[in-house]
Amino acid sequence: MIPSGAQARSWVASVRATRRRPRVDSPGQSPSPERACRRAALYVHWPYCEKRCSYCNFNKYIPRGVDEGAMRNCLVTEAQSLLRLSGVQRVESVFFGGGTPSLASPHTIAAVLEAVAQAVYLPADSEVTLEANPTSAPGPRLAAFGAAGVNRLSIGLQSLDDTELQLLGRTHSVSDALQTLAEARRLFPGCVSVDLMLGLPGQKMDQWLGQLQELLYHCDDHLSLYQLTLERGTTLFTQVQQGTLPAPDPELAAEMYQEGRAVLREAGFRQYEVSNFARNGALSTHNWTYWQCGQYLGIGPGAHGRFTPQGDGGHTREARIQTLEPDNWMKEVILFGHGTRKRVPLGQLELLEEVLAMGLRTDVGITHQHWQQFEPQLTLWDVFGASKEVKELLAQGLLLLDHRGLRCSWEGLAVLDSLLLTLLPQLQEAWQHRTLLPVSGR
Amino acid sequence: MWVRAGRTLRPWAAGAHAAAVEPQAASRAYGVVTEFKEKPDMSKFPVEDIRNFSIIAHVDHGKSTLADRLLELTGTIDKTKNNKQVLDKLQVERERGITVKAQTASLFYNFEGKRYLLNLIDTPGHVDFSYEVSRSLSACQGVLLVVDANEGIQAQTVANFFLAFEAQLSVIPVINKIDLKNADPKRVEKQIEKVFDIPGDECIKISAKLGTNVESVLQAVIERIPPPKVYRKNPLRALVFDSTFDQYRGVIANIALFDGVVSKGDKIVSAHTKKTYEVNEVGILNPNEQSTHKLYAGQVGFLIAGMKDVTEAQIGDTLHLHNHPVEPLPGFKSAKPMVFAGVYPVDQSEYNTLKSAIGKLTLNDSSVTVHRDSSLALGAGWRLGFLGLLHMEVFNQRLEQEYNASVILTTPTVPYKAVLSSAKLIKEYKEKEITVINPAQFPDKSKVTEYLEPVVLGTVITPDEYTGKIIALCQARRAVQKNMIFIDQNRVMLKYLFPLNEIVVDFYDSLKSLSSGYASFDYEDAGYQAAELVKMDILLNGNFVEELVTIVHKEKAYSVGKNICERLKDSLPRQLFEIAIQAVIGSKVIARETVKAYRKNVLAKCYGGDITRKMKLLKRQTEGKKKLRKIGNIEVPKDAFIKVLKTQSNK
Repeated sequence: MIPSGAQARSWVASVRATRRRPRVDSPGQSPSPERACRRAALYVHWPYCEKRCSYCNFNKYIPRGVDEGAMRNCLVTEAQSLLRLSGVQRVESVFFGGGTPSLASPHTIAAVLEAVAQAVYLPADSEVTLEANPTSAPGPRLAAFGAAGVNRLSIGLQSLDDTELQLLGRTHSVSDALQTLAEARRLFPGCVSVDLMLGLPGQKMDQWLGQLQELLYHCDDHLSLYQLTLERGTTLFTQVQQGTLPAPDPELAAEMYQEGRAVLREAGFRQYEVSNFARNGALSTHNWTYWQCGQYLGIGPGAHGRFTPQGDGGHTREARIQTLEPDNWMKEVILFGHGTRKRVPLGQLELLEEVLAMGLRTDVGITHQHWQQFEPQLTLWDVFGASKEVKELLAQGLLLLDHRGLRCSWEGLAVLDSLLLTLLPQLQEAWQHRTLLPVSGR
Repeated sequence: MWVRAGRTLRPWAAGAHAAAVEPQAASRAYGVVTEFKEKPDMSKFPVEDIRNFSIIAHVDHGKSTLADRLLELTGTIDKTKNNKQVLDKLQVERERGITVKAQTASLFYNFEGKRYLLNLIDTPGHVDFSYEVSRSLSACQGVLLVVDANEGIQAQTVANFFLAFEAQLSVIPVINKIDLKNADPKRVEKQIEKVFDIPGDECIKISAKLGTNVESVLQAVIERIPPPKVYRKNPLRALVFDSTFDQYRGVIANIALFDGVVSKGDKIVSAHTKKTYEVNEVGILNPNEQSTHKLYAGQVGFLIAGMKDVTEAQIGDTLHLHNHPVEPLPGFKSAKPMVFAGVYPVDQSEYNTLKSAIGKLTLNDSSVTVHRDSSLALGAGWRLGFLGLLHMEVFNQRLEQEYNASVILTTPTVPYKAVLSSAKLIKEYKEKEITVINPAQFPDKSKVTEYLEPVVLGTVITPDEYTGKIIALCQARRAVQKNMIFIDQNRVMLKYLFPLNEIVVDFYDSLKSLSSGYASFDYEDAGYQAAELVKMDILLNGNFVEELVTIVHKEKAYSVGKNICERLKDSLPRQLFEIAIQAVIGSKVIARETVKAYRKNVLAKCYGGDITRKMKLLKRQTEGKKKLRKIGNIEVPKDAFIKVLKTQSNK
C-alpha cells in the first residue's frame, strides 16, 4: 500500500458521510473478510495530563511544554512501523487513551487516523473513541475532534459531587461535566460513554445512588461503573495509609456495585462486562476486542499490545510494551521506527488462560465457537466438565457451563477473581494432561 | 532477673543462664596478672585457708561489677578501664550487662599475713536454672547478696536469698551503688532486716563502680564464711557444677572437690553414667584455665577427661576414682523441662540448617530436650523442652543471632499430668500417672481420676500504689495469694501460687505495663496441683483443625477459645462462602466467629494495558493456592496457622 494524502482525506471524508456507527449486540461476532490474524484494534496513548489525579497510577506526565509536532510525528511513525510489523490488513477500532488525549490537538488525532487509513483498511464505520476530560473539551473542540475522525467519546466524569471531584483531584466541576456531556451527546448521539466511580473514602450509599439516578437522567447509552482501587504511589493511597482519609469500606463498595448494576438493569442497560453497561446496542467494540483476546496494537509511550508479528515472519503472539517515558520513547521511535521495549512471546497455554480470564468478564462469557478458535482439540467440556471443584461452583450458581459455553452468573461476575483461582489451575491441569496424549493431525 | 534488659531480648530474658554456650576464646582478651611461671602447687592451700562463695543479685544490681573489682583487688586481672564484667564471657552478656553463663575464678588474697584461696563461684542469674544455681551453691559455704541502694530488694533478690538460706550458707548482705544520687542505703538496710531477718549492721555498703569499700567485702568473706568441711585424706569426691563444650578439647567440667585429690592421669568414674575416663588436665580458673599438678579437697577448678558430650558431665554429677566408689553427693537430678514449644523453620528448605544449629546449641546444653515433631501446617520441626521461659527465649534468640536461623516458635505449653483410672490405659502406659505434652494425646476424662497442672510460687515486689491492679491481674491468672507484706513503707511483696500455664505467655508483660515497669517478678517450681483441664477443639465449618487442639483450664476455656477464633478470623482470607470458626469442648460450642463470604472480588478496570499485570497476579494467587491446606472445602493459608500458633508478640 502506498500512503498518499489523497487517500487519507478520502477516509476522513467518508467518516463525515457515515457519521453514525452501526450498533451491534455482539461486536466480536461481526464477520469480516480477513482472518483474525489480519485484523487488529489500535490503541494510541497520549501520555500527558494537566494535573495528577489523586487515584491514578497510570503512565502519565505533567509536562511544562509539549512539542506536539514531534509527538505527532512519532505516533504516526510508530503506527506505521507496528502496522507493517504485524501484517495486519484491517483495523476495526481505534482508541485514544491516556493521560488526557483530549489535550492533544484534533490535528494530531487526524494525523494518526490518516496514517492508519493509508497503511491498512480502516472501514468508515470503525469505532474511533477519544477519552475526554470535561475541562479540556469544550463544545467547539469536541466538534473538531469529530471532524478529525473521532466518532465516540468516553468522558471521565467520575462523580456528580463537587467535594468528591476535589478529593479525586479532578480539574472539573459537576456543572463542567454535565455541560460537556450535553455537548458530546449533541455531537455524537448514541456514542457517548461516562465513567462513574464508587467506593470512595467516606462515600455513602444513598448519596451515591442519588448520583447514579441523576446521571441516568443525563447520560447517553453507555456507562462504566468503576470501584476505586487504591493504587500504591497515589496521593489517595498515602492519605488512607496515614489515616487522613478513611479507608474505603469494601463491604459498602460491594453493596454499591450490586445496587448500581440492579438500577442500571432496571433502566434497560445490559451489563456486558464487569464494569461496563450499554443500551441500544452501544457496546464498545474496541474494548470488546480485549475481552475476546483479539489482536491489538499499542502505540505511544508505555502502550501495551498483543499481536503476532507476521510482517516479521513471526508465528507466535507476543505481549508487547512500549518504552514508558515519553522523551525516551520519542528518541527510540526516531532511531528505530518504534519504541517497543519489551516483547514476551505468549505460549499456547498462556493465551488460553487469557481467553478464560478476559472472556469471563463479559456477559456472553466464552462460547464454544470462541474457545474453538483458540483451542480446536480440547473443548470447554473436556477442560471443566469433570472437575469436582468446578461442579461446586456450578452448583453454587456462580458459574454456568451449557450448550452455549462457559460464563458467570449474575452473582458469579462480582466474584470472578475468586472463580478464576479454581478455573485457571483446572485449565493448567487439563493442558498438561493433554500434552501427554499423542497429538494427531496437527 | 526480671528488670531491664537488652533491646531485643524480652525483658524477662535478662540474666539468663543460657545453658547453651560455646566457649568464646576470642572474647577473653583481658589482662591476667597472676601469671604462674610454673604450674602452681595447690597443696599449699590447706582447707582452712580456702573460702568458696558466690555473688547473687537481682539483674543490674551490680553483681558483675563487684566481681570485676574483686578480681582486680586480688591481682587476678589488670586494673584497667577495660575490665567491664570480666566474668561475663559471652558477647550477649557484655552487650546487655547481664550474666548469661556462670563463670568461676580463683582469687589469691593476703590477709593478716596469710595467703588465702578465695574461690568465686559465679551462678547463673535466674531461677529458671534454680537447679544449676543450687548445685553451684552446694559448692559454697557463703554468698554475697548484692542489693541496689536505690532500687532495694527485688523479686529475684528474694528468690536468690531463699536458695542460699535453704542451702544453709552464710549470707553477707552488700548494699551497692551507694554513690548514686537517689541511693538510700538506710531504707535498704531496713528491708533486709524485715525480709531476711539479717541485722542491719551486717550490711556492707559499697560502690562497686568506684571501688568504695570493696576491700571490706573480701575481709568479710574470710571472716564470716567458714572454710569447707572436707577431707584431703578421703577418696576423691568431686561435684560437677557446670560444664562447657570446647570444639578442640571436648567437655570442660567445672568441679568442686569435696574430698580427696585429683591429678592428671587419674582414672575417674562418673557416678551417674558409670563411664570411666582418664584425666588429661586439671587446674584452676583465674579466670582462664590455668593447669595445675593437682587439685585438693575444698578447691575449685576445671577438669578435662576426654568427655565428648555435655551429657557425660551433667550438672550435679559426682566424680570419683576408679576402684574407689564413694557415696554420690546428694541432690543430683536430670534436667526437667517445664516449658515446651514447637520450633519450625520458616521455610522447610532450611530444615537441615536449623537442625544443625539446634544440634550445636544443645551440645552445650543438655537441659534442652529435643523431639522431632511435624505439623500439617508448619511442616517438619521439633518440640523442644526448656527449663523455663527465660531459657526458651534465650535459646531462641541464640538460634536467631548466632546461627542466623529464622524460626517459628509456637505458643509455649506446659507438661500436664493425668492420673489414669482405666486399667487398660495403665497397662498401655505402664504407669498410673502420665505426663501429657502433646494435646492430641490428652486422655479422655472418662479414663482419668484427675488431671494435674504444674504450679509455681511467684514473688512480686512492687510500689504499693500498684498493689490493687497486680492483685486483680494475679486473680485473673487463677493465682492463689499465699502472703503479702510491706517490706518498707511503700513497697509490697506478694507471694502467689500460679498455675505455670498462666504465666508462660504474657504475664510478665502485663505486670510490667500495669506497674509502669516498677514491679519485679520471679518464680520457683512448686510441683503439681489438681486442675479441671479440658481439651478444646477448633472447627472450621464443622471440620476439626488438628493443629489447633489445645488443653485449657475449664475457667479459661472461653477466653482462650475466643482469642483463637478471633485470631483465626483475622487471618483467614474470605472465600466464596461463609466460614464458621468454632471453639468446642466435646460437643459444646463455647466461642464462635464468622468470616463472611466474598461479595465482590473482581478487578474493576481490565483493558489492554492491564492484562499482563492481572494475569501475573492471578498466577501468583493460584500458585499460593496450591500451598493452601484444605480443611473441608475451606482453603487455609499456612500463615493463618502460624499467626494463631506462634507466640503472640506484646499486645
